[in-house]
Amino acid sequence: MKRVIVRLEDFGKSFFKKEVIKHINLDIYENEFITLLGSSGCGKTTILRSISGLDKPTTGKVYIDEVDVTDMDPTKREVNTIFQNYALFPLMTVYDNIAFGLRMKKVDEEEIKTRVNEMLELVHLTGYEKRFPRELSGGEAQRVSLARGLINRPKVLLLDEPLSALDLKLRKEMQIELKRLQRKLKITFIYVTHDQDEALSMSNRIAVVRGGKIEQVGTPSYVYDHPSTLYVATFVGEANVFDAEVKKINKEKKLLYLGDNFVSKYSKNKYSEGDKVKVVIRPENIKISRTLKKENSLKGVVDELIYDGSNTKLMVDVDGMIVKVLVFGNDHSYEVGDKLYLYWDNVDMNVFGEKDER
Amino acid sequence: MKDKLHKWLFTLPVTIYSILLILLPLVYIFIISFFKSDSYGGMITTFTLSNYIQLFDMVYMRIFMQSIIIALVVTFICILIAYPFVLAITHKNARIQKILITLVMVPFLTNSLIRMYGFVVLLRKSGVVNTFLLGLGLTNNPLKLMYNNLGIIIGMVYTLLPFMILPLYSSVSSINKSLLEAACDLGANKRKTFFRVILPFTKPALFNGSLMVFTPALGYFFIVDVLGGGKIMILGNLIKNQFLTARNWPFGASISVFLLLITFIIIGIYRKTGGKLEDLG
Repeated sequence: MKRVIVRLEDFGKSFFKKEVIKHINLDIYENEFITLLGSSGCGKTTILRSISGLDKPTTGKVYIDEVDVTDMDPTKREVNTIFQNYALFPLMTVYDNIAFGLRMKKVDEEEIKTRVNEMLELVHLTGYEKRFPRELSGGEAQRVSLARGLINRPKVLLLDEPLSALDLKLRKEMQIELKRLQRKLKITFIYVTHDQDEALSMSNRIAVVRGGKIEQVGTPSYVYDHPSTLYVATFVGEANVFDAEVKKINKEKKLLYLGDNFVSKYSKNKYSEGDKVKVVIRPENIKISRTLKKENSLKGVVDELIYDGSNTKLMVDVDGMIVKVLVFGNDHSYEVGDKLYLYWDNVDMNVFGEKDER
Repeated sequence: MKDKLHKWLFTLPVTIYSILLILLPLVYIFIISFFKSDSYGGMITTFTLSNYIQLFDMVYMRIFMQSIIIALVVTFICILIAYPFVLAITHKNARIQKILITLVMVPFLTNSLIRMYGFVVLLRKSGVVNTFLLGLGLTNNPLKLMYNNLGIIIGMVYTLLPFMILPLYSSVSSINKSLLEAACDLGANKRKTFFRVILPFTKPALFNGSLMVFTPALGYFFIVDVLGGGKIMILGNLIKNQFLTARNWPFGASISVFLLLITFIIIGIYRKTGGKLEDLG
């Protein structure tokens, strides 16, 4: 069993009587890279700030390494934060910025020097000691801010959308860099982002936050393949959402209707006859055939082909609804206007009823 | 070429204004400071350094020293009041900040001489403050709050405080809040955050404010006249007296040049210690 390093217990937060976080419980384990994923305003940053101590929870408790830190001053907590805008001290050199935390702890200058140099090496910025923040590029500034946080050897590093100000290529590089740092230093990273690609590619676990609640927690692949709600399904990764209705043929077997013309066998007992449900299928799980299949089959016309170098996305018009289908590479013979059939396996289908949604 | 002409035309009003109302009077003052005065308040246009030599007379040196000390004390008190005030209001929400800063500027709407007479009502022997303190039994004898250096300092701090608060406010409120949070996150308490992050960041504004308090504090003769009771003389009174009472314009001019010199020296010190002129705004 892994050790819990951060525990949020019945954690709630209100601003001006408006409840922003609604009684969250969350355990974060030692040495994991967990991402709080959600759209802006969902409360993910508030969760982070309550762990760093910059905001105090309205209800509930925060534990760091089994110590109740709910009322502990942020200066005393063994966590550090990486800010979105880097928040480097503009009038200090790179060296002084990185040394700041150790100087606050009154570590002697000799040791500070060794550790700053160690850090500069770690983030590939040796030789930058004397530069000022205004002389750094965005990526360099973010690496300095990482070094400034990590030099204190925190138990947890909190990262508040640290890459959102960087351009795409740099962001991809920094994602790998962050992953490498986390594995090397064995420090728990709590990462906040609204970018689902970032969340999927970097994390050990993802917690999807919505409206001040945690919608689902799990490994990236589990959350992607088995989303617990329709929101998670559409927010994490691309998805086709179909309206469907449950109909019965006998005691065990239920049928799923997409519109009038399509039937799928559906054996889960969760829904009863007449229920309106949403069916979610990922674009890459939809297969294409020139002939009609027995089950899970929709007839459509190719509306548009979008080729991005490694994949081709087919936009298929099915009774007026555009269905996205992903085909690997450019190795196919479809053209705009082609009539074809779409089908998929039952396991790739996620069904959500109205009662599943809040 | 056309661009240059446009630029020149657009800046023409400012240029004319600066030359006519700032540069020419200064040049005039500088020139007459080398003239001789005659006994009837006129000037004799011969070159002499006697006005400057006269400055080093003990009587005047004492006035200079007294002026500089008063101005330094006033500046220092203004800093001590302005910083906590500014730090406190920048924590309030934007609406309250706007209201409070507007209140700081309200005194500008009335004549400062009239406000000084208001201070007489407050500070005199049987004034509001003394009546209040006596009534509460906090003191047995009325405090001497005016017609001394204290009165002058109170009046000057009151008048000049906005000039310290406004630049400091604009500087402190431009500090990115995440910088303060980062300092806190890295283990700096409030005091360390102030000295390590806020103070270095606001140094130009602090100097700017100090200059805007210190320089007028050397010259605000009406405050000294009203609250000093005519017993105390600072540079401002001296200049005023030379021009208006003694009618010795050349000597008044040389004191003015001296005052200007002090200001330049302060700016020079600021630049020497690493400050940038542009930061002063």
